[in-house]
Amino acid sequence: MSIRVAKHVERLPRSGIRDFFEIVQGMSDVVSLGIGEPDFATPWNIREAAIYSLERGKTGYTSNLGLPRLRRAIANYVERNFHVSYNPLNEILVTVGVSEAIDLALRAVLEPGDEVIYHEPCYVSYNPSVQLAHGVPVPIQTRAEDGFTLRAEEIEKALSPRTRVLMMNFPTNPTGATMPPDELKKIASLCRKHDLVVLTDEIYSELTYDSQPHYSIAAYEGMRERTIFLHGLSKAYAMTGWRIGFACAPAEIIEAMMKIHQYSILCASIMSQEAAIEALERGESAMIAMRREYELRRNYICRELNAMGFPTCMPKGAFYVFSDIRLSGLDSKTFSLRLLKEKKVAVVPGTAFGQAGEGFVRCSFATSLNLIKLALERISEFRSSLAKAA
Amino acid sequence: MDALLRILQTNPLLPRAEIAKLLGLEEKEVEAKIAELEAEGVILGYTAIINREKWDPDTVTALIEVKVTPEREGGFDRIAARIARFDEVLSCYLMSGRYDLLVIVQGRTLREVAAFVAEKLSTMEGVQATATHFRLKTYKENGTFHHLVTIPERLPVSP
Repeated sequence: MSIRVAKHVERLPRSGIRDFFEIVQGMSDVVSLGIGEPDFATPWNIREAAIYSLERGKTGYTSNLGLPRLRRAIANYVERNFHVSYNPLNEILVTVGVSEAIDLALRAVLEPGDEVIYHEPCYVSYNPSVQLAHGVPVPIQTRAEDGFTLRAEEIEKALSPRTRVLMMNFPTNPTGATMPPDELKKIASLCRKHDLVVLTDEIYSELTYDSQPHYSIAAYEGMRERTIFLHGLSKAYAMTGWRIGFACAPAEIIEAMMKIHQYSILCASIMSQEAAIEALERGESAMIAMRREYELRRNYICRELNAMGFPTCMPKGAFYVFSDIRLSGLDSKTFSLRLLKEKKVAVVPGTAFGQAGEGFVRCSFATSLNLIKLALERISEFRSSLAKAA
Repeated sequence: MDALLRILQTNPLLPRAEIAKLLGLEEKEVEAKIAELEAEGVILGYTAIINREKWDPDTVTALIEVKVTPEREGGFDRIAARIARFDEVLSCYLMSGRYDLLVIVQGRTLREVAAFVAEKLSTMEGVQATATHFRLKTYKENGTFHHLVTIPERLPVSP
């Protein structure tokens, strides 16, 4: 007898990133621009705070919602940086990364068959998370010409009587797009008009460049009551392995999400929560130093890719460039596979982030400048070899 | 200018063309800015950070706390400048607290540094007392670690 897998799970496609990862893993001397996490170790003061908490024997469970002190730190941080206030007693939930928070939020609000509108190219988990919550994913294609921003009129076109949730991620992985505040205002008014729940994943918000402010849709008029604000420490604070995310939302929603979290996860690990307190309260200067470094690398990689003839718009946030490789005459996957096999550079095919990513590849600049330079040299050679063959 | 100075502080040898790419400028603009910073005396010089255990391990470095009687006019400046002019002195700072000047001195041998303190520094008019501390090992210097290197391991491709 073999165990039968549930149909809705069997139907899920494997992540395009996972396939690629397995090929890369079998190779040596690969320079990878395919990594979606900081190349910095977590700042020392944060690591040291976690060590201290272990020394004091803080090794138990925490409240399902997360340590009260951490929730207070989150409330202060969100109010200071996003201008929305949440009650740490019942409007904040600490999760195992934003990924868990997305899953909880979708499961908490969706009835089977409810539609979720989101923008592609986007993070790999959005579509499967919606399906696992028995919802129907409704992607909107964003375009390079618009800087991959989301337009209110496109959302309007995708609306149906079953639309329940709008899911957004700005700055965006993989495009680095941010939202202009006037368009965000239009989207907010649309959500109020059609009574949509907004799930906003703002994990890259601190990594907004050119000294530009980040705007959260939660802060717009009438939006707090319908928004589930998701954030975490993985990207800006270089804490991917600690797995700390959080959700801020009205108490009824947090209560519902907490129920699922309590039965499936119980709580995020206490040492990670202790580290998160330090990050939120005293991590800013280290974060700013990392952001500066990313910004320099962004300028570098963007100019070089454009000079090679791969049109690449300057990302306004996150740490990826989404480069247009259509002039190579290859599709994203073939381009990425050949670049990997012929020149040992790993990039991620744009199609891993949805069909709208066809014709593009994602290059991460969360990699040291020396490796970026080496990768760019090899990409340039690859470009010349393609031109010769043509 | 801030971004340029930060780059020059951590890697002054980076080719100007590459600095230009990092800053989104043209190479000529970078050269002009550096020339301006040098002319204005914002940039005083460039230096290499040397691991003394690998090169010239016998060199002796001492931190010397110096108590000074300040002068009616000029305070500590005249005597500090006088101390700083000796070739042996690498750095000289006016400090708050129990002593006044912190002088960092380098010499080939312990005896040489001791002689400098005994003969030159402590006999100077206005110097009341000195306390000398010899460096035993360097862990971090100018923001650079001498031993501790951590290279975080990452998955080769991740979402």
